[in-house]
Amino acid sequence: MTLPIFIPGDDPGPDFVGLLDRLGVGAFEPTVPFDAAQITHGTTVLAIRYSDGVLMAGDRRVTSGHLISHREIQKVFPADSYSGVAIAGAAGPAMEMVRLFQLQLEHYEKVEGSALTLDGKANQLSQMLRNHLPAAMQGLAVLPLFAGFDPRAGLGRLFQFDVTGGRYEEREYAAIGSGGLHASTVVKLRHHDGIEADEAIDVAIEAIFQAADEDIATGGPDMVRGIYPVVALITADGFERLDDDDVAARTGSLLERLRGAS
Amino acid sequence: MSMPMYVSPEQMMKDKADYARKGIARGRAAIGCTYADGVLLCAENPSNTLRKVSEIYDRIGFVGVGRYNEFDQLRIAGVRHADFKGYSFSREDVNARSLANQYAQALGHNFTHEMKPLEVEMLVAEMSEEDGGDQLFHLLYDGTVMDTTSFVVIGGEADAIRERMEENWSREADLASALGSSVNALAGPDRQLAGDDLEVAVLARQNGRRAFRRIEGDDLDGLLA
Repeated sequence: MTLPIFIPGDDPGPDFVGLLDRLGVGAFEPTVPFDAAQITHGTTVLAIRYSDGVLMAGDRRVTSGHLISHREIQKVFPADSYSGVAIAGAAGPAMEMVRLFQLQLEHYEKVEGSALTLDGKANQLSQMLRNHLPAAMQGLAVLPLFAGFDPRAGLGRLFQFDVTGGRYEEREYAAIGSGGLHASTVVKLRHHDGIEADEAIDVAIEAIFQAADEDIATGGPDMVRGIYPVVALITADGFERLDDDDVAARTGSLLERLRGAS
Repeated sequence: MSMPMYVSPEQMMKDKADYARKGIARGRAAIGCTYADGVLLCAENPSNTLRKVSEIYDRIGFVGVGRYNEFDQLRIAGVRHADFKGYSFSREDVNARSLANQYAQALGHNFTHEMKPLEVEMLVAEMSEEDGGDQLFHLLYDGTVMDTTSFVVIGGEADAIRERMEENWSREADLASALGSSVNALAGPDRQLAGDDLEVAVLARQNGRRAFRRIEGDDLDGLLA
């Protein structure tokens, strides 16, 4: 592993993926047909904009066909200090994409001496998805949500994507994955202008709960093992994942309420 | 046909070394020192945008003096080396020693094989999670590498600055006094250096995964006051 020095015409600049290409570590692409149903899949993640920033949440389950392959996977990650990325779809490529995306942002920041803008980061993720399209067409689709605090606009912003790299900024909330439809209905009914962190967290936890109630690929709260959804808040102070105990307590009150209602 | 002029290898190396030393001596100096919470990197640099002090990786910092384009190219190569190594293996596998060796190879190769030696002097610093484990690697234009756990002075008038620093440096110093000693050593008895003349950063144990933080503006003025 020698020092990567390039001549000016061949220099990848602040692009980490470009650096990997030059070092001969290319992108992963399946060449043999395979049964996509057997690939490990992750589901149901959401993002909600609220008064101080943006919230991201995700369940903890990944499945292969009808089997649960893992119960406490993490699907919501910090992308850098002021943004987060959540993933649904084929788990292996999705994790790799998150890792590359995190590195890409940090690499850019270090080489250039300043961080990318929020739009620049979202655009980077678009390009990664576009490069992943051949694999997506073979059944290894990855869908991320990207959200962050935009210091220039002074508010939280969130983006949805499609497998071709299409980028769609959402105004208030977004939910994706197999339980995404159920989750977004819950958020849609309870979201309102100026919603504050405390309420947004409860909405997110209920949205994941209701999605898990309707969709077998989404994991609900697991009281036996103490596994709860990952909830993270991104504000002017940065990315902060909520304590599991906090999420557990809020899940407890939600179940109380639902029991009372039935 | 004219005969090429014979120059002895000794003379050639001496000329190259003189040339490199002259280039480096023209620039302003920088100091890296360990202190109670980690490593302090402090350079005399009136520019706010052309950096001498930079982040390489989670616990690794870099200071370069001399020709800007040359040490900046090496800085970027260092970031690439570290990020690629962390991507291939794990973040814990990236360390300053391996990076310093790579730099030494590149500088040494350039010094012996190229007409013009690189006019740079560099410092690679690594903060350790444990007190007293911090390491500083001092690299010269010809690939010489030296390691220390106290402080390193690079750039012009390094000897005089080193003497002044020797009197005041202490491993147990807090940030304000470590910065005070460094700035006084850089300035010397006849000058005063203000926040605007300095570029300061730390690798501190309380900073989390990415330990590198720049200290600028009011924070810097507060520490200097």
